[in-house]
Amino acid sequence: MKILTGNDLGSGAVVWWTGEGWSRFVADAVDVDEHGAAIAAAEEAARRVNAPYVIEASAGPDGPVPAHIKDRVRSVGPTVRDDLALARDPRAGSYVI
Amino acid sequence: MYRYDQYDQAIVDARVDEFRDQVARRLSGEFTEDQFKPLRLKNGLYLQLHAYMLRVAIPYGTLDGRQMRMLAHIARKYDRDYGHFTTRQNIQYNWIKLEEAGDILADLASVEMHAIQTSGNCIRNISSDQFAGAAADEVGDPRPWAELLRQWSTFHPEFSYLPRKFKIAVVGSDTDRAAIQLHDIGLQLVEQGGELGFKVFVGGGMGRTPIIGACIKDFLPARHFLSYQEAILRVYNRYGRRDNIYKARIKILVTELGAEEFARQVEAEWREILPLGIDAPVAEIERIEGFFAPPPFETGLADDVDLSDPDFAVWVKQNVHAHKVPGYAIATISLKPVGGIPGDASSAQIERIADLAERYSFDEIRVTHAQNLVLPHVRKADLYALWQGLRDADLANANLDLASDIIACPGLDYCSLANARSIPVAQALAERLAPIERDPGELKIKISGCINACGHHHAGHIGILGVDRKGEENYQLLLGGSGAEDASLAKIIGPGFTQDGVVEAVDKVLGRYRELRTDGERFLDTYRRVGVDPFKAAVYG
Ligand code: HEM
Ligand code: SF4
Repeated sequence: MKILTGNDLGSGAVVWWTGEGWSRFVADAVDVDEHGAAIAAAEEAARRVNAPYVIEASAGPDGPVPAHIKDRVRSVGPTVRDDLALARDPRAGSYVI
Repeated sequence: MYRYDQYDQAIVDARVDEFRDQVARRLSGEFTEDQFKPLRLKNGLYLQLHAYMLRVAIPYGTLDGRQMRMLAHIARKYDRDYGHFTTRQNIQYNWIKLEEAGDILADLASVEMHAIQTSGNCIRNISSDQFAGAAADEVGDPRPWAELLRQWSTFHPEFSYLPRKFKIAVVGSDTDRAAIQLHDIGLQLVEQGGELGFKVFVGGGMGRTPIIGACIKDFLPARHFLSYQEAILRVYNRYGRRDNIYKARIKILVTELGAEEFARQVEAEWREILPLGIDAPVAEIERIEGFFAPPPFETGLADDVDLSDPDFAVWVKQNVHAHKVPGYAIATISLKPVGGIPGDASSAQIERIADLAERYSFDEIRVTHAQNLVLPHVRKADLYALWQGLRDADLANANLDLASDIIACPGLDYCSLANARSIPVAQALAERLAPIERDPGELKIKISGCINACGHHHAGHIGILGVDRKGEENYQLLLGGSGAEDASLAKIIGPGFTQDGVVEAVDKVLGRYRELRTDGERFLDTYRRVGVDPFKAAVYG
């Protein structure tokens, strides 16, 4: 599947496209199929996101898992600081990237 | 310490206002990201893996307690309660909000700090010897010259759009604590027949194409300091390549022309420039030097230290260096707790260090390129109290220059350019090696998460480079580098490893070293004596 990610313009936080808006949690990401570029352009123009891009992901038991390690790290936070990981992510801390 | 004059303060304040306005226009949609990006980068604001990242300049790595406290305040108020000290003697914050960037710059400006020229193809923050003004072996204090360079290069219109970034380091002794031969320009203060001058290296650098700088002038009289730098920059600005980002650094130009021809062109340019009178007047140099006058050292102090506490004794042996004034010492605070993150410090730790500097080191703090901090002027009689103050904040790691004092870039945990993580490798290595690190003595391990070499892996006695192998993190092992006065470039010894594999490989290299070394020989010396083959055999069988 393909999912859409970027950073929140004002806060810089990593965000994922949910079909209706943006979530901090990759688990909420939806398959954007071939619509990624169009959604990205519209959302960027509306200043709801910065530097959005489409990535490959696979469907895991807890939702989409980004294919590239860089986006897996983005989805949890620095792997060396469990305390900074997103609390809701079940893989925080024990996540094997 | 240098204090801003009205011009310094005015330009920094004006920059804050300008950037506030630019941020507001980005948030309101007046600027697109493409328009805004170069503007934010001019103010040290990057977009990294998790958020915006702010890189704050610490000119020649020197700070006072007031500035340190502000760094702690910023970490606490705008970031996640910590900062990362870098190999360029700067500090980076990893969780910055664009909305707050203007406020942060205003806070910085209130203590004479900024983030200008910490990014982009300009002359970057000048780096220097962390022991400047304190080292027993220095010919002169490099900081006034670094400050002169700072003033000259700040907003220098001719050098704001160079072919590529430009890094200058200045030292004042034969011992090179700032890796000057790995900078675009490296300057060493020297004395000749009673006159002060500089030995000038150009074209050093790491990154994709590591090169050791060439000495193009043995003695540049100090009075012509600026005009000669200007000549170097002009030759580079005119002939440095702009067609290929990988060939744009001055090191490529110097290599392609040859050091001799490059030097000849600089001399020719210099002759044109000399009559223009751009060298700083003696009075201005003296004015700047006045800011770096020695603090009011006491005389007649006892020179011995009570080492009856064994833990303290180990710290003194490892982290304390000779000072040029009897009764004083230089103390290095290692930011490398075993298992911790190299260069990271919490707000509370940063504040504690500010307190200790105010109390014990004439209010001076230095940042080292090895991501540690230094209190340069401590009375020997105060060392024990200082150590206790550090210990209570988990800052008394007695591992300076040992195996667990590892340089590591942020790597894939923070950096969007990374191929692999650096920090976990540093942590695993430190944990493995700490129990045995006193025996090999000085051992410099340096780790980068990609070829850009922010973690100086080419200059490591042992270097590790993270690469991407079919989407997996992979690590190459390099041996034999040095960023000191005996500079050399480490070389890759063979196929790469997994994270666990590279830790094992380092362990094997050190095992072989223990078999081969002669008495008192550092790893680097053994390597230089016996060559790479025995180590290759140990690692790959
Ligand atoms: C996370 C944001 C960072 C980015 C985007 C970044 C980017 C880069 C790039 C692209 C280069 C190669 C430049 C070239 O060869 O032309 C480089 C080199 C370097 N960076 Fe960084 N870097 C970052 C963080 C750091 C950090 C945290 C440090 C210190 C720990 C650092 C210190 C250096 C040094 C010492 C070099 C080598 C300079 C040379 O080539 O001589 N950088 N960086
Ligand atoms: S070496 Fe590479 S991974 Fe490490 S900080 Fe520099 S650019 Fe990032």
